[in-house]
Amino acid sequence: MSDFVMPSLGADMEAGTVLEWYVKPGDTVKRGDIVALVDTSKAEIEVEIFDGGVIDELLVPVGERVPVGTVLATLHPVGAEVPVPVGATAAPMPAPAATAIAVTAPPASPAPAAAPIPVAAATAGTDHRIRVSPLARRAAAELKVDLSEVSGSGPNGAITKADVERARTGPEPPTPVERPPAPAPARATGDRHAAMRGAIGALMARSKREIPHYYLQLEIDVGRALDWLGDANLQRPMNERLLPSVLLLSAVARAAAEMPEMNGFWTDGAFRPGDGVHLGVAISLRGGGLIAPALHDADEKSLDEIMAGVRDLVQRARAGRLRSSEMSDPTLTVTNLGERGVDLVHGVIYPPQVALVGFGAVRERPWAIDGMLGVRPVVVATLAADHRASDGHAGGRFLTLIERRLQKPEDL
Amino acid sequence: MNTGQDFRALVISVVCEVAPDVDPAAIDPDAPMAEQLDIDSIDFLNIVVEINARTGIEIPERDYPKLSTLNDAVGYLSRAQALLTRQ
Repeated sequence: MSDFVMPSLGADMEAGTVLEWYVKPGDTVKRGDIVALVDTSKAEIEVEIFDGGVIDELLVPVGERVPVGTVLATLHPVGAEVPVPVGATAAPMPAPAATAIAVTAPPASPAPAAAPIPVAAATAGTDHRIRVSPLARRAAAELKVDLSEVSGSGPNGAITKADVERARTGPEPPTPVERPPAPAPARATGDRHAAMRGAIGALMARSKREIPHYYLQLEIDVGRALDWLGDANLQRPMNERLLPSVLLLSAVARAAAEMPEMNGFWTDGAFRPGDGVHLGVAISLRGGGLIAPALHDADEKSLDEIMAGVRDLVQRARAGRLRSSEMSDPTLTVTNLGERGVDLVHGVIYPPQVALVGFGAVRERPWAIDGMLGVRPVVVATLAADHRASDGHAGGRFLTLIERRLQKPEDL
Repeated sequence: MNTGQDFRALVISVVCEVAPDVDPAAIDPDAPMAEQLDIDSIDFLNIVVEINARTGIEIPERDYPKLSTLNDAVGYLSRAQALLTRQ
């Protein structure tokens, strides 16, 4: 028997609320399956299970807020001598280890499973997952509408806020449903916003209190990079075009691979290098707040792979559908505030990481080259780094490596 | 898919897919969507790619600014569609 516990989905998370179980007792799961939707105070995260097995018991009901580490469910290893529930397969597989959930391990995102994943909205008793927008979910909680009784009109049948409101005011009188969505005190929009600010505030205060930051900045001519990108995009179909931020991410990732002291964690009084370059991509959330999920092994990805990865992360972050493995293990964060028109970012490091790279807006600036004054597109790259893990000398080298990478976009 | 009304519904539907919390009724059709709806460049790319997928209308990168407001986008798509039809 092994335990599936409430994972730590980032250093700022102390507790979480199960919003939905996608499995029920008797279901067979395998490593990487998404088994629950968990609300941290910052986002709704799809939690993957680390080991396979047969779900024995769900210990924490939907709607209950529990601390990180609380056992959420128990499972029998597949193949163990257990009363196998009807429908569950007892495939002859080696019994998995006892650890239950990927918290710090950076598994590659599970490939699309060959076998259909047995998912069930446990509260709904249907055999498919209900797609619900976060806004609709909140509205349902506030209006006490049972989502299992709402038909979705959104993309792929997703339930939208309008559907929830229609269900509330629909032809049927709003009779009290037998099983109303569990009371979730933190779900109201105002509370949620406050909880998010609280979580960000606590983490940033810890960063400012514990991390002796030093700051460096470097103006980088991105003319060559942007010219190259424009030419490359001309040849590409719309859905394969690259954004300038992808070049910046790739340059940072490749530079970080050469500068291990910038890429990793400060824990228990010592630096621990990351096991790969997993870039935290800072994404502003709709309605306020931000989140920085991991783009795994970014230094080994092509520009196309980075582009696809970032598009996917942004879309899911903003729709409230990130996965637990993406939340727990970024090794270096990149924030790009250029789109909001600022010139540069003085970053605050995400503990326990040791550095953060920021980019401002690309602007046309007077630029001296070979004794001549010209106008070039320029971006200011900044580095906030932890003085316990590195010195300004190394930090300067890191920024210079990023600059050098951006002068050879064809190699990114 | 050939009237302004159809394009309006399509753009709104795609925008709401990318930005699920947006209330379609609250979109100001003449204000830039980026600021109004907190759409960033990746959101925008996702929007134009989806519009392309649903309509077949090719939108060159240099034309992206011509789709910045809802009304602009509807106008652009209507003209593009008219050109396609004439060919």
